[in-house]
Amino acid sequence: MAMDTSNLEPKGIQGLGKAIKRKEDARFIQGRGNYLDDIKLPGMIYMALVHSPYAHAKILNIDASEALKIPGVKAVITSKDLAAAGLSWIPTLAGDKQMVLADGKVLYQYQEVAAVYAETRQAAADGAAAVQVEYEPLPVVVDPYKATAPDAPVLREDLKGHMTGAHGPRRHDNHIWTWDVGSKDEAEKTLEKSEIRIKQHMVYPRSHPAPLEPCGCIGDMNPATGRLTVYMTTQAPHAIRTVLSLVTKIPENNIRVISPDIGGGFGNKVPVYPGYVCAIVGSIVLGVPVKWIETRTENLTTTGFARDFHMDVELGATKDGKVTALKVYTLADHGAFDAAADPSKYPAGLFSICTGSYDFQKAYAEVEAVYTNKAPGGVAYRCSFRVTEASYLIERSMDVLAHELKMDPAELRLKNFIQPSQFPYPSALGWTYDSGDYEKTLKVALERIGYAELRKEQAEKRAKGELMGIGISTFTEIVGAGPSKDFDILGIKMFDGAEIRVHPSGSAIVRAGTRHQGQGHETTWAQIVSEELGLDVDKIIVEEGDTDTAPYGLGTYASRSTPTAGGAMALGARRIREKAKKIAAHLLEVGESDVEWADKKFVVKGVPGKSVTMNEVAFAAYTNLPPGMEPGLETTYYYDPPNLTFPNGAYICVVDIDKGTGAVKVRRFVAIDDCGTIINPMIVEGQVHGGLTEGFAMAFMQEIAFDEQGNHLSSNFTDYLLPTALETPKWETGYTVTPSPHHPIGAKGVGESPTVGSPAAYVNAVVDALAHLGVRHIDMPITREKVWKVLRQAGVDSF
Amino acid sequence: MEIILNINGQDRKLDVEPRTLLAHAIRDLGLTGTHIGCDSSSCGVCTVLLDHNTPVKSCTMFAVSAEGHTITTVEGLAQGGNLHPIQQAFHDQHGLQCGYCTPGMMLASIALLERNPNPSEEDIRFALSGNLCRCTGYQNIVKAVQQAAQVMGKKSEGLGSAADD
Repeated sequence: MAMDTSNLEPKGIQGLGKAIKRKEDARFIQGRGNYLDDIKLPGMIYMALVHSPYAHAKILNIDASEALKIPGVKAVITSKDLAAAGLSWIPTLAGDKQMVLADGKVLYQYQEVAAVYAETRQAAADGAAAVQVEYEPLPVVVDPYKATAPDAPVLREDLKGHMTGAHGPRRHDNHIWTWDVGSKDEAEKTLEKSEIRIKQHMVYPRSHPAPLEPCGCIGDMNPATGRLTVYMTTQAPHAIRTVLSLVTKIPENNIRVISPDIGGGFGNKVPVYPGYVCAIVGSIVLGVPVKWIETRTENLTTTGFARDFHMDVELGATKDGKVTALKVYTLADHGAFDAAADPSKYPAGLFSICTGSYDFQKAYAEVEAVYTNKAPGGVAYRCSFRVTEASYLIERSMDVLAHELKMDPAELRLKNFIQPSQFPYPSALGWTYDSGDYEKTLKVALERIGYAELRKEQAEKRAKGELMGIGISTFTEIVGAGPSKDFDILGIKMFDGAEIRVHPSGSAIVRAGTRHQGQGHETTWAQIVSEELGLDVDKIIVEEGDTDTAPYGLGTYASRSTPTAGGAMALGARRIREKAKKIAAHLLEVGESDVEWADKKFVVKGVPGKSVTMNEVAFAAYTNLPPGMEPGLETTYYYDPPNLTFPNGAYICVVDIDKGTGAVKVRRFVAIDDCGTIINPMIVEGQVHGGLTEGFAMAFMQEIAFDEQGNHLSSNFTDYLLPTALETPKWETGYTVTPSPHHPIGAKGVGESPTVGSPAAYVNAVVDALAHLGVRHIDMPITREKVWKVLRQAGVDSF
Repeated sequence: MEIILNINGQDRKLDVEPRTLLAHAIRDLGLTGTHIGCDSSSCGVCTVLLDHNTPVKSCTMFAVSAEGHTITTVEGLAQGGNLHPIQQAFHDQHGLQCGYCTPGMMLASIALLERNPNPSEEDIRFALSGNLCRCTGYQNIVKAVQQAAQVMGKKSEGLGSAADD
């Protein structure tokens, strides 16, 4: 029976600012999504991977004979087989290279050692379990601070003695690069002269995006045509197509990448993983489609981790609380290969946003990256390239300074904000902030949460020995990479494309080079086009994720979709409107200069009754054109943004801490975001809720941990803890709107603000609750065990 | 071995290995709305209903053990061409983003509402605590369950008063 979905579709012209329901929901609520593992191709076989139990070991022998005896197992490949195809190593996005399957040695636990192909998923798994690998364990480097000790074992023997890497000189075989920005000399001199100087060490622990859908791939080489179709859980299908072409030497026109519905990405689905390559190679060699779907353990142990920044900050200020200078040293643990997904020029991403929302005159940041026996990664987990780390660093440091000055942390922030009159604001570390009104946003948050009352309550509780804390984070993000003069990935400039085709009946198909994973592009892109062209949203279909049909683009991550593709969408629509205006003048029988676009239709100036709609113009574009005009009503627009965008917000968290157990309860959380123009308030709100929850997870639960032997201690969801509905706090949201002056619709992007901004608010709240006990900092994740220890050390009674 | 599973009101004949998980068996029948996400029965994206109102993580049950029970998957929720109130509510309240947890989340919600037609927010959060969501932060899912409770309550009230007449 045909389903009645009439209650699902938003209808009519629905432009910017409308909280319409999502167009993409219909398939998902009916179980008709099309995720990677839902795709079945004729003759398809399955692949499973063999993983190393050791974090660092020589491979003495790989024996696949028992695996090949298992019914259904068709082939087993190792690095040697890949070498024959020139694919034993592949380039990473960070200028390094990585093994596809272990070549002579393994460098982290669970590293991929062999691939097994079989007729069924079960046979493939049985085959993988039957491959016998002989290892000789080697000494392990787990602690990044020990990676560059003179006697540290050399991890990357392929790079031994190469003292220059992709990002400059290397000072040790386990050192990858050192990147710095700003004037060290000036920052140090200013710090020396500053009346107040604080120093703090803080760790942003290793985390993992862990989308609920694991990664997967189907390689489908058609032996008859030589055309390779790759179905892949990728946030960046076009970039993947280009990389595949470069790596496999298959001409790019013979590669089609399809990214079907994605069950969450959060940065995990940006890089190229060994499993993808092995599925593709398997299909090329065996001539049948090969499917590989990760297990959860494979996802958590081998695919792109995030964070792992070990930071030392020095901050100077005057006695009355005016910041003077910031100096940061960071040690970045990149694991065994430098596979961070950053724009080429920025090996430490956009970490130099670490001066935050404050008017620092002098600043210097240095980041050193090292190899360790851990999985590669360094992906932008729901953040724009290391912005989460930077934001945490400055927001935590401001609280340490407030503590030192015995000043209220809100007052300290208000004293140091960049003022609205200073925009466009050139930061000490080289960015030009587009817009913001930080004071207003913080004041809205303070008012909303009842800050003064809460401080009173806290004082009363403290007098009674009860523990309550209030934490503030007034962060500034930098997103929307990016302008082609500075931003590229493997040389490909980070613009994005949109294609709009208006059909004769006034409906349209819209395509973009981005790839949503839940962000709602099928609705928001339609809203931008509806706003600009006056078409009904229910007549606009949005398509992403097929490189054969979508215009080129760098994909969806780093909050870049709205700043880049959103801009392309608006400007593409405006270009169509220019042509439409000429057609409208023809239909209205007046000169083009007599026609204006008003109230979502073309009107003859001064004659409000005389107008044509875009629907009428669309029909005329195919049936009744002005003489000599090219038929049709469509365009492809590539948008190269002139600058990045700088979303910001003020978050305030209130916690209560149980003295006996150390349990932290988030009582309230107010998030006031300023992401510029809001396209769909419902979707923005949903993004904020989700990001606050992931921030909560990082602050209190999630950590990818290792023991001294490099054994992975967080390899499944019973050890790597994600928040459920039960522990997740209730969110109170609000907005200030300071449009981006350079973006076509003034939007800045929002998907990552809450993940970037919230961790510091949680930690600041916990430290604030314990500050009178002499506590100045606690590293994430703040488990109840950690708090319990702090309380006992401070001599606090349990009751 | 050959088994018969009653899924969404239909008897389906399958040939499975004894170790085949119910989740895999259901998906192999083309009912791909039941997802798989963790291999350790932690995430709940594979949740189905057994005998109409018992939520079960179908990755934690063998297909052979499900014989003799009725199984409801997301594909069986809409009836007579109309969406189930929980489906409408997830849409109305923006209770989904990537959609991967949604089928399991909706089925777990229905199981709750069958047991407890007027759940408090705390009840809802507790009942859904076996189902993870990475996108929504749960708040809109809670609202969706509250909307569905209201709609389903009204419907059964309507039925009740008709019976009284």
